[in-house]
Amino acid sequence: MRYFAKRVGQAIVTIFAATSLTFVLYRLMPGGPVEALRQEYMSGERDFASGGAGRDPEEIDRLIEFHTGITPDQPIHIAYYEYMRDVLLYQDFGMSYYYGEPVFDILFRAMPWSIFVSVYGLLLGFAITIVLGAVMAFKEGGRFDKVMTVAIIILDSIPYYVAAVLMLATLAFGLGWFPTGGRAYPDAIPGFNLYFMQGVLHHGTLPILSGMVVGFGSGALAMRANSIRVMGSDYLRVAELRGLKDSRISIRYIGRNAVLPLYTGFMIGLSSIFSSSVIMERIFTYPGVGWYTFDALIRNDYPLLMGAFIFFTVITVFCILIADLTYGFIDPRASTENKESY
Amino acid sequence: MSNTDPNAGDRPTDESSVFNIVSDADPLTRKERLYRWLDIHLFTPYRIIRSDWRASFGIAMIALFVLVGTVVVRFTPYPRVGDHPRYAPPFQSLSYPLGTDYGGRAILPQLIHATPDMLIIAFSGAVVAMSIGVVIGIVAGYKGGYWDEVLMGISDVVICIPGLPLVIVIVAIFAPDSPWMVGFILAIDNWPGLARALRSQVLTIREESYIEAGRAMGRNSGEILWDDVLPQLMPYITIRSAGAARGVIFQSVGLYFIGVLPASGLNWGVMMEEAYNTGSAVSNPGHAGHWLFAPMIVLLLMSMSLILLSQGLDRIFNPRLRARHEKTASEKDDLDADLHS
Repeated sequence: MRYFAKRVGQAIVTIFAATSLTFVLYRLMPGGPVEALRQEYMSGERDFASGGAGRDPEEIDRLIEFHTGITPDQPIHIAYYEYMRDVLLYQDFGMSYYYGEPVFDILFRAMPWSIFVSVYGLLLGFAITIVLGAVMAFKEGGRFDKVMTVAIIILDSIPYYVAAVLMLATLAFGLGWFPTGGRAYPDAIPGFNLYFMQGVLHHGTLPILSGMVVGFGSGALAMRANSIRVMGSDYLRVAELRGLKDSRISIRYIGRNAVLPLYTGFMIGLSSIFSSSVIMERIFTYPGVGWYTFDALIRNDYPLLMGAFIFFTVITVFCILIADLTYGFIDPRASTENKESY
Repeated sequence: MSNTDPNAGDRPTDESSVFNIVSDADPLTRKERLYRWLDIHLFTPYRIIRSDWRASFGIAMIALFVLVGTVVVRFTPYPRVGDHPRYAPPFQSLSYPLGTDYGGRAILPQLIHATPDMLIIAFSGAVVAMSIGVVIGIVAGYKGGYWDEVLMGISDVVICIPGLPLVIVIVAIFAPDSPWMVGFILAIDNWPGLARALRSQVLTIREESYIEAGRAMGRNSGEILWDDVLPQLMPYITIRSAGAARGVIFQSVGLYFIGVLPASGLNWGVMMEEAYNTGSAVSNPGHAGHWLFAPMIVLLLMSMSLILLSQGLDRIFNPRLRARHEKTASEKDDLDADLHS
C-alpha cells in the first residue's frame, strides 16, 4: 500500500513541479516573454495599429496582458499563487491569443488524438520488440539471429522523424495509399459510425507506424539478452523435468521473467513518445497536442505553449502512473525496498 | 662452531628468506615495461577492434566525422548562392557531386560545413548529461536512504516531464544560437535515464568488500566514490556517453528540422527543413529529394557509427575478451589452463 501511496504522491509532485517550472520560465527568467514583448512595443516594432512609437506604459501593460495573460506589475508571490490556483484547481490555463479560445478547451479536444496515436504506436512497437527478441534468443547464434542483429542496429540508427518523412514521401505522396495530413475524413460525422472510424484509422496509420519506430529498436536486443540469461536458469530445467508444456514454459517461465527488465524501458518510452509527438504531428499535420505546441511557438502564443507543456506532463505522468502501479502487480519485489543507508 | 646445527645447510639464510623474495623472475627492463603499457592501452584495444567489424567500422566512421569537422572543413570553400545551376540532381558533375539546392549551392560542402556544429552539440550535450547523471546516480546509489529518495525523486520527476516540449518552451524563451548552448539544453532531457542506470550499477558495487574496507578505515564518502567506485564504472559511463551523444544529435536535428531551434549557419536539420519547405522534397522527391536525403543519410551514418562505437567500447572494456587478446597477461591464463587440463 505504501508503494502505491508513494507513486501517487510522486505523480502529484511532478505535476506541481512542472507547473511551477512553467511559471518560473514564463515570469522570472530574464529575457522572458513579458520583457521581450515590452521591448518590442517600446521600440515600436510590433505596432500595427497606432503606426509609430511612443505608447504610454499603461497601454503597453494592457497589451502585454492581452497577449500573455500576465498582469505585469503584480507582486511575484501573488502572481504565483494565482497562477497555480487557476491551473491546478480551476484548470484555467488562460486564453489563447491567436485562437481567442480558452487554452484548456483547445488542448482538451486535441488530447485524445495524441494519446490514440502515441499509445498505439508504442504498444505495437513494444509487442514487436518482445516477440522479435524472444525469437532471436530461441535461435541464438543462427542465421536469423545474426541477420536480425544487424538489421536492428540499422533500424535503430534511423531517427523516428526520418522514418516519418520517408513514409510520408513514399506511402502517402508516392503511392497515395494514405492521406498526407489531418486526422479524419473532412466530410465524416464524428461518432460511432464506420466511415468516421475508418477515416481515423486511415489517417492514424502513418503516425502510429512512425511511433512504432520510437518504441522499437534496441529493446529487441535487450529482450534477446534477457531471454538468453533466463533460459540458462536451473528452474527451467526443473520445469522441463516436471514435464510442463513448452508453451507454458516459454510464456510463463521465460517470457514473464525476461520482460520484467524491459518494463522500466517502457516507462521511459512513454515519456519519449509523447515528446516525439511534437515533431511527428508537425510532419503529418496531425492536429494533436504536439501540433498545437508547435503552432503556439510559431505564433508566439505563450499561454497555449505553456498549457501544452503542462498537458504533456499530465498525460505522461498519468500513463507512467498506470504503468507503475501495474508493475507492482507483475513484480512483487517492486513494492518492497529495504536497503541499508550509509 | 659448537652451536652448529647439522641441518643449517638446508635452512635459508637471512638474505634469501621467504620474506625477501619478491619474485623469482628478473625485474622488468624499461623496454619491457613500455611494451607492457603499450600492450594494455594500445595494442589490445586495437586487436579487439580489428577482430570485430562493428567496432572497427564505428570507430573509423567517428574518426572520419571528426576529421571532416576539424580539417576538411578548412579546405572546403563555403557554398554560396549562385555557384551552380539550381536544383541540379546528384552525380552529374564533379564540382557538385551530390547536386545543388534551390539557390545553386552544392550539397556536399553544406554537409561538410555543418559537421563542426553537430560535433559540438553532441559533445557538449553528452558531457553535460553524463556529468549530471554520474554525480546524481553514484551519490544516490552509494549513500542510499534519504539521499537516494531525494535524488531519485528528482530524477523521476524529470523523467516524467516530457523532454522535447520542455526543451521547446525553453527554446521559445531563450532562442539559443550557439551550438554549445543547444547541447547544454538538450542534456536536460538525457541525464535522468543515466542517473537511474548508474544507481543500479552502484547498488551492487557498494556491497563489495573493498568498499566496506574503505568505510571501516574511515575514509569519507567522497574519497570512496572518487577512488573506488568511479573507476569501476568508467567503462559503463564511456559506453553510455556514446549513446547520450546520439540522443542529443537526434533531438537537435529533429528540432532544427521542424524549425524550433533558430537556424544559424549550416546544419543538417536546417538543410532538411529547407528541402522540406522550400523544395517541397516530400511531395516531389524527384525534384529536390537529394537535398532532403543527403543530410538524412549523413545523420544516419553518424548515429549508426555512435551505436557501433558504444558496442565496440563494450568489447574493449570487457575483461573476458581482453584476456584473450592481451599478450603480456595471457601467459598466466595459459598456465592455469595447462594445470587444469
